Amino acid sequence: MRFSKAWTVATKDFKIFTKKKSILYSIIGFEIFVSIGFPLIILFVSRKPGGLAAIPTVINSLSFWFVMGTCILPVGIASYSLVGEKVQKSLEPLLATPTTDDEILSGKAIAAFIPAMVAVYIGAALYMFFVDAFTVSKLTYLYYPNGSIAILMLLLAPLVCILSIGFNVLVSSRSNDIRAAQQLGTMIILPFAAVYVLSEINVLPLTTTNLLIMSAALLIIDLIVFYIVKATFQSEEILTKWR
Amino acid sequence: MSMIVVKNLTKKFGDVTAVDDLSFQVGEGEIFGLLGPNGAGKTTTIRMLCCLISKTSGEAKIAGYEVGNDADSLAIKKMIGLVPDNVGLYEELSAYENLDYFGKLYECKEPERKESMEYFLKMLDLWDKRNQSVGDFSKGMKQKVAIARALIHNPKLLFLDEPTANLDPESSRVVRDFILQLKKEGKTIFLNTHNLDEAQIICDRIGILKTKLLTVNTPEQLEKSIWGSKTVIQLAEINDSILVAVRNLQPKNLSIEDNQLILDVTDPRKENPDFVQAIVSAGGRIQFVTELNPGLEETYIKVVSETK
Repeated sequence: MRFSKAWTVATKDFKIFTKKKSILYSIIGFEIFVSIGFPLIILFVSRKPGGLAAIPTVINSLSFWFVMGTCILPVGIASYSLVGEKVQKSLEPLLATPTTDDEILSGKAIAAFIPAMVAVYIGAALYMFFVDAFTVSKLTYLYYPNGSIAILMLLLAPLVCILSIGFNVLVSSRSNDIRAAQQLGTMIILPFAAVYVLSEINVLPLTTTNLLIMSAALLIIDLIVFYIVKATFQSEEILTKWR
Repeated sequence: MSMIVVKNLTKKFGDVTAVDDLSFQVGEGEIFGLLGPNGAGKTTTIRMLCCLISKTSGEAKIAGYEVGNDADSLAIKKMIGLVPDNVGLYEELSAYENLDYFGKLYECKEPERKESMEYFLKMLDLWDKRNQSVGDFSKGMKQKVAIARALIHNPKLLFLDEPTANLDPESSRVVRDFILQLKKEGKTIFLNTHNLDEAQIICDRIGILKTKLLTVNTPEQLEKSIWGSKTVIQLAEINDSILVAVRNLQPKNLSIEDNQLILDVTDPRKENPDFVQAIVSAGGRIQFVTELNPGLEETYIKVVSETK
């Protein structure tokens, strides 16, 4: 597989995304929500009487939203990237070029992965900066960076992002409508929302050990999804069975 | 030298046979047209030859490279261009951006790519609109961009799947003239079309496909092979002595309509002068002698309907 070919496919998609306001707005909205909204919640909690004890719990639970972000942000991008090609019937001339199916698929995955991860990392960096700024006087130490956020951002978030992209490729292969594909694609958030709720009621606390176990499980699921996606993204399959 | 060699090519989708036992050759620099009703297997044939879908059985070679062999697929894709039945352009991107993207995918170096884009956009009268979104273009303009996209890497062989479908007569003519221009440049062209007039004008040879390849020939020979040669002799007046003189030459399928004698001939160049001489000797006044051409449309309908 030639990375340059995959990158060519990805850069074309980036160019199209910059012209798609819905994709841009979803990324900007997420940034504002997590980097400004969340630290303000923490500031509010810290100022409440007895709020000091609750600060670490609130910070930890809000940090899981970055995992949700890597799950939800690729939905719009990946579904547009593939269903958009189907709607415009541009897959046939694309597949006729000397570019392999794997290179095209990788390009599509890169096009969804990079904007989602960049948006999440920028949001996380701002979140950590503001959280530290708002809580250092109360906690008397800098809460971030720490081991949990490192596992969350460097291990769990990319794995969730890859799973979301794979799932959305599969959904897109069966859909001819971008909005329908996006609606179906958002279903991928449900298991992570369940994890969030379980962590909130302390059934599955987001400890370092639990985060590592979740990452290992996700790695296995990612590999399974990868092989299914690879089997689905074959030119013959695309031209004769994708509707 | 043959650019395309196809032997017993078959494609099945489950129990359905889309293309059955197809065999033909296309020479270098030739325009080969494939005619056939909807669902006849024309697009499937192009997709197999472009290495987009697999064959079930049989053989196909493009410039000596084997279709279906993974190692040869990329080499084949580098030397061919495809204009599918749907233009498949990125509507958000400009004509220039569309061509640039495909130029990169076809591995054209930047200077060649830019030169090629300028050449085709100017040739197709789109240079001034190169930075406009393709979504704002008319169907004809989009079709031109799709053709330029297929030619950006200077392919030896161009596959066109119904290139003038849904175009107005003026745009169709521009596309047709451009195809003829490409032939002059030595390109081999494989054309799927429903447009019989177009096929007659631009194709060197025509194949009629209806899952099986029913016939392949030049447009003229195709008509002759189906209908034979018919001569029409228009007379000022027909009388018994003229008819006796003509019948003495034992014409095949002689019919008389409004002072016209219509008869089958095997070799018009040899037989027509004999009929003319016999009629003149019998006192007949000939107004004109012509060959009856049923046309490609009639020929096509006859060939296709006979296979029902």
